[in-house]
Amino acid sequence: MPQKVYITGMGIISSIGNDVGSTFNSLLEEKCGIGRITLLETNLKDKLPLAEVKMTTRELLDHAGVSGRKNLTRTTLLGMIAAREAIRSAGIENISECLTGLISATTVGGMDRSENFYKEFLADPKKGRLIDIVNHDCGDSTERIADYTGIMDYMTTISTACSSSANSIMFGAQLIKAGFLDRVIAGGTDSVTKFTLNGFNTLMILDKESCRPFDENRQGLSLGEGAAFVVLESEASVMARSKTVLATLSGYGNANDAYHQTASSPEGTGAFLAMQAALKLSGLRPEEIGYVNVHGTGTQNNDLSEGIALKKIFEGKIPPFSSTKTYTGHTLGAAGAVEAVISILAMQHGILFPNLRFETPMKELNISPITRVTKGIEIRHVLSNSFGFGGNNSTLILSRS
Amino acid sequence: MMKPLYIQGIGNVSPQKSYDNSHFLDEVAEVETNMLKSLDPNYKEYIAGDMVRRMSRIIKMGVAAGKICLADAAQGPEPLIPDAIITGTGLGCIEDTEKFLSNMIRNNEEFLTPTAFIQSTHNTVSAQIALLLKCHNYNFTYVHRGFSFESALLDSFVRIGSGEAATVLLGGMDEMTANTFTILQRLGQYKQKPVNNLNIFREPSRGAIAGEGAAFFFVANKPGGKNYARIEDLDTIYRPDKGSIPSRMLQFLERNGKNQNDIDLVIPGVNGDPANDKVYDEVMHNLFQDKAQAAYKHLCGEYETASAFGLWLAAMILKTGQVPAPARLPGIIPGTVRNILLYNHYHDLDHSLMLVSSI
Repeated sequence: MPQKVYITGMGIISSIGNDVGSTFNSLLEEKCGIGRITLLETNLKDKLPLAEVKMTTRELLDHAGVSGRKNLTRTTLLGMIAAREAIRSAGIENISECLTGLISATTVGGMDRSENFYKEFLADPKKGRLIDIVNHDCGDSTERIADYTGIMDYMTTISTACSSSANSIMFGAQLIKAGFLDRVIAGGTDSVTKFTLNGFNTLMILDKESCRPFDENRQGLSLGEGAAFVVLESEASVMARSKTVLATLSGYGNANDAYHQTASSPEGTGAFLAMQAALKLSGLRPEEIGYVNVHGTGTQNNDLSEGIALKKIFEGKIPPFSSTKTYTGHTLGAAGAVEAVISILAMQHGILFPNLRFETPMKELNISPITRVTKGIEIRHVLSNSFGFGGNNSTLILSRS
Repeated sequence: MMKPLYIQGIGNVSPQKSYDNSHFLDEVAEVETNMLKSLDPNYKEYIAGDMVRRMSRIIKMGVAAGKICLADAAQGPEPLIPDAIITGTGLGCIEDTEKFLSNMIRNNEEFLTPTAFIQSTHNTVSAQIALLLKCHNYNFTYVHRGFSFESALLDSFVRIGSGEAATVLLGGMDEMTANTFTILQRLGQYKQKPVNNLNIFREPSRGAIAGEGAAFFFVANKPGGKNYARIEDLDTIYRPDKGSIPSRMLQFLERNGKNQNDIDLVIPGVNGDPANDKVYDEVMHNLFQDKAQAAYKHLCGEYETASAFGLWLAAMILKTGQVPAPARLPGIIPGTVRNILLYNHYHDLDHSLMLVSSI
């Protein structure tokens, strides 16, 4: 009998809300978080939009209850806030009552401060405040979050570009199934930085307006920042605490497109294989999926490739789908976990959240996402896609318990 | 209890001539330095010429080591396709990261080109290997300081233990750049002055010698290939309580049906920095005073995934039955080596144990 993995808590912070409640309200009210840059100091300020968390780093320090700490990056703070909410919402009082791990994900780590360090360092290698660079590496944010939440038994960090936090949830589930841990706080965190904004800008895949995934006239993606974590538990751990379950993680799959370092294959091979693997593990038939939270970045390449893979896996009968990156922007290393939380909200409340700003179907595929908040829908299973550079394609399947 | 992993093939690009599996530390690089650089194999043997030129060092080292490893494990001319590619790296593609970051700052966010940004992604090495092999299977990259390689190893145990994979291409890699070296030296991690790398244990001084490298292992659920060794188990401990490592180590051995008397060789991650090495002293003194010891960071330098080089050393010792003189620490002369315990720590935060046995 294969071990089941349950989700008993979740936490989120993004441009559309500082917690699960405010995120849900924004989703319902079709309130988009993408807009004019107000916090990041960049020359691209008036040229490109961003989905920023509307709090300064100092405000985030206060919000996390660690005012005055000097060695925390924005990425770390976002992660701390979301992980704390996830643990609280799971009703965990004693984090070390059973074997508990933290699996985080990030693509930039402490880059927000490394950028400042490098400015001075490049001019003179003896200059630059060291406190701005010691937190550069990805593992740093995870260790700070672990220290903050008291998780000591196991921790690691995954960085597979935009699928990173889908993969941290996937690895967490595998560790529980293997009997290695009883409980895992899994997710990811990324802040927006000049590095990522300029990087994506050189690729010429950033929309000058808010992104419009799956639209014939889509112009690229909108970057965002945020963090999200879920609490994964074994059956025994759930029973021991007689805790209400939010969802079951019934399937997951990771596959590599093996086509190009950044572009997706025209056939959507990796996407198809990831979805196929997740469906196989879940034992579900494609027609049992009630909603697909697509990767849907808004780039020409992703949406066409993903759309082709969706048509193939669902044999033309694609379930209701939407890209909630139209709300949150693309939160990179946090995206998989952000969208897992949104998918759980959709199931809990029986609501389909729309793909904002959609007007015209892509002429190659003629498929249309959900465009309005649709209530009263019984959704039993959600499939959520996250695809990253390096052809890293991941799918999670979440089910109502 | 984990199912053991059988190392069927190896590929190691490091500051030693380890890329050639027919030699095992019979010639050792002896340098006056505080930063050991990897010795380059002929990259064009493994990567097409136009691609080599675009690749940063970590990508070249990683892809070459991966391909050497797969060829080493292969039984015939057919290239092996692993069921998973799982890697660990502490700082990832730091050269490309620095390049893009520096250009962005110097040019004030203008006139930038995407190549360095694209290649700065942490999973570039495992992605490039997948691309070259046309391998669509599970592909993960872990980036957690002194647990980076250990996490990749744990994932390999889990994938193989669950039956999801029969074979995994497992690797750990990091590159050292001039800027990163300067920064970490300012933080006190690396030695201020060049020293003879083979002398660091006899003449300890503050800081480690910086290092780099890419070590890959073709691990499987059963013996085969070149049958180097068997990885029995792994443990990671974050911020251990003071004095708690010896008992944790005994528990670790016990869950593998062993005690300290079964260990023939201990390989601590000592690096010649007294502050770093005193963490090991307690354990060595308590548990392994009468055991032969070997070391490796005088050969590869100190970096987040140096423990992958340590695993290479252990596997080669078990395969050849030899503990090469340059790897030995003074004291007990090693006899027949069947079981090796590796113990490494990163800044006394991330501690790891690996148990490796002969096949």
